[in-house]
Amino acid sequence: MFLELNELLNASPERPEQGKLTLLCDTKTDGSFLVHHFLSFYLKAGCKVCFVALLQSFSHYNIIAQKLGVSLTAAKERGQLVFLEGLKSCFDVLFGEEQHVRQTSPLRFVSEDGSNLKTMYEFVRTSLMASGSDSWKCPVLLMDDLSVLLSLGVRPVDVLDFIHYCRVAVCSQLKGNIVVLVHSNDDSEDEANELVVNSLCHQSNLILWAEGLATGFCKDVHGQLKIIQKGSSELKAERTLLRIYQYKIQDKNVTFFARGMSAAVL
Amino acid sequence: MAALATGGGMPSDGATSFQRKVPASSRLATIAGTRPSVRHGQLLLSSGLPSLDCVLGGGLAVGTLLLIEEDKYSIYSNLLFKYFLAEGIVCGHNLFVASAKEDPADILKELPAPLFDDAHKNQVNEKETAIKSKQESQESMKIAWRYQNLPRIEVSPAASARIGHYYDVSKMVSPELLQSTKWHRFFLPEEMSLHPEIKTCNMTCGYTRLLQSIQRIIYREGFDGSYPQNKAIMERVTNLSDTVVGLESFIGSERETNPLYKDYQGLIHVHKIPRLNSLICDVSGTKDLAFRLKRKLFTIERLHLPPDLSDTVSRSSKQDLAESTKLLRSGCGAMAIGKKHLDF
Repeated sequence: MFLELNELLNASPERPEQGKLTLLCDTKTDGSFLVHHFLSFYLKAGCKVCFVALLQSFSHYNIIAQKLGVSLTAAKERGQLVFLEGLKSCFDVLFGEEQHVRQTSPLRFVSEDGSNLKTMYEFVRTSLMASGSDSWKCPVLLMDDLSVLLSLGVRPVDVLDFIHYCRVAVCSQLKGNIVVLVHSNDDSEDEANELVVNSLCHQSNLILWAEGLATGFCKDVHGQLKIIQKGSSELKAERTLLRIYQYKIQDKNVTFFARGMSAAVL
Repeated sequence: MAALATGGGMPSDGATSFQRKVPASSRLATIAGTRPSVRHGQLLLSSGLPSLDCVLGGGLAVGTLLLIEEDKYSIYSNLLFKYFLAEGIVCGHNLFVASAKEDPADILKELPAPLFDDAHKNQVNEKETAIKSKQESQESMKIAWRYQNLPRIEVSPAASARIGHYYDVSKMVSPELLQSTKWHRFFLPEEMSLHPEIKTCNMTCGYTRLLQSIQRIIYREGFDGSYPQNKAIMERVTNLSDTVVGLESFIGSERETNPLYKDYQGLIHVHKIPRLNSLICDVSGTKDLAFRLKRKLFTIERLHLPPDLSDTVSRSSKQDLAESTKLLRSGCGAMAIGKKHLDF
């Protein structure tokens, strides 16, 4: 986890928030560093994490998590992390030999025509359900990323249904958190994607939007992060907080600073 | 490389009798034509062009997808395909060629022939001697004396351990070499005719067929970005690909006749480079890259335009501008004795 981001979000691993939906969005840049942050943050906080990783392999996340101080293999062994490796499961579903594996895999929708995400929802629910011997704190669902589901043939309505079911199960019933990554573009012609992103923006409590700089490529400032924190629904008087910071990604850390205050300039 | 060193080498000049032991099971399986990356430890493959490898951070990682946006008449993107396939042949890999328009057998017949190292070494030696002689003549700079201590501008990215080969575009690859490689084919009109019950003829169903016949092969495809209704698909594919490179050739544009660009055939835009096993990637500091194609060499260089010495403010394609570019080609070194007078 990145300590500076924790300070900006006023979050600490000792007391993680509960019942929140966090949306990670990136535009014209790579926002996956936010996924790594939240993964290591929740693992350090002692939460049970279900990670649906559709983009990269397990070893990729593991190597980066080790740089951030968490071991994913150890977390998997002690039952704290349930990792769905999308690339491998997809292969099993399409070319697997056993019928049984194909029927029960959470990615069953890839081989069938329909865009039924029900098996994936069941997978999420069973993995985050508290079993008797667990002593983990609130469960967390982490998805990387949701735009890939649209490319796999799922309709946007089904994606939104899936998120809704997950919110009911994870956020309100199990009092956990959900963190989801999507891609977006300002002048995008991909209407299905924009529909999903807009809908999620309205539903989420915290939005972290990573963008490239409007002025172009810079070696010292890799992008700009917009943090939008919505007031909780009970207190309607709270306004939405919008803050903008710029960041630079290094090998083991990401530094955040106010706009124009990059270390290279000062 | 530890994996490639053979044990028990002869001690040279009696220096030491130390013999290197090769571990019983090497950590990385050595596949011909690949080398592990320093940055992220994945195996890297050459894309067929050593200068493109440098721009992409050493090469293409095994298991990633390279997407190439074609230039207007897809001349140079087809050339890049041929380089990639030729590289595969030279390294002895199995090839998988999928094409929607041209028959794969025809594509394979037109691959460029590889230049082997001894032919290239002569070229490199010539270049080195040329550079040395230039340096000697620049010993004292008269006007721009402050710049004397700066290093020379690196025009082409430095080539570290090369894994690619160079190809001679004018010669075709020998048929014997072709026959010795195993290759698989996928030709979209063929597949369509074999399975007429599939009604829609769009790329997605072609992809299902493609998926069904791919094993563990690296492939790459070019996309024709000229159809505006496919922009949504273009965005999705760009998001899904690991490496995205766009080509913009000068053919047909007003830059073709512009003497400032006369050495180059087009521009290369690197849109995306994957971050594998790390939060950061080897993105190069310069975004203005141009490519130049000669018979034996396809280089990608940093595009830099010479300074404008004309009297007027705007830079237009004037003849004397071209002449002054010739004089200033070697950086800020030579004295600018041009046709135009400079008064200070």
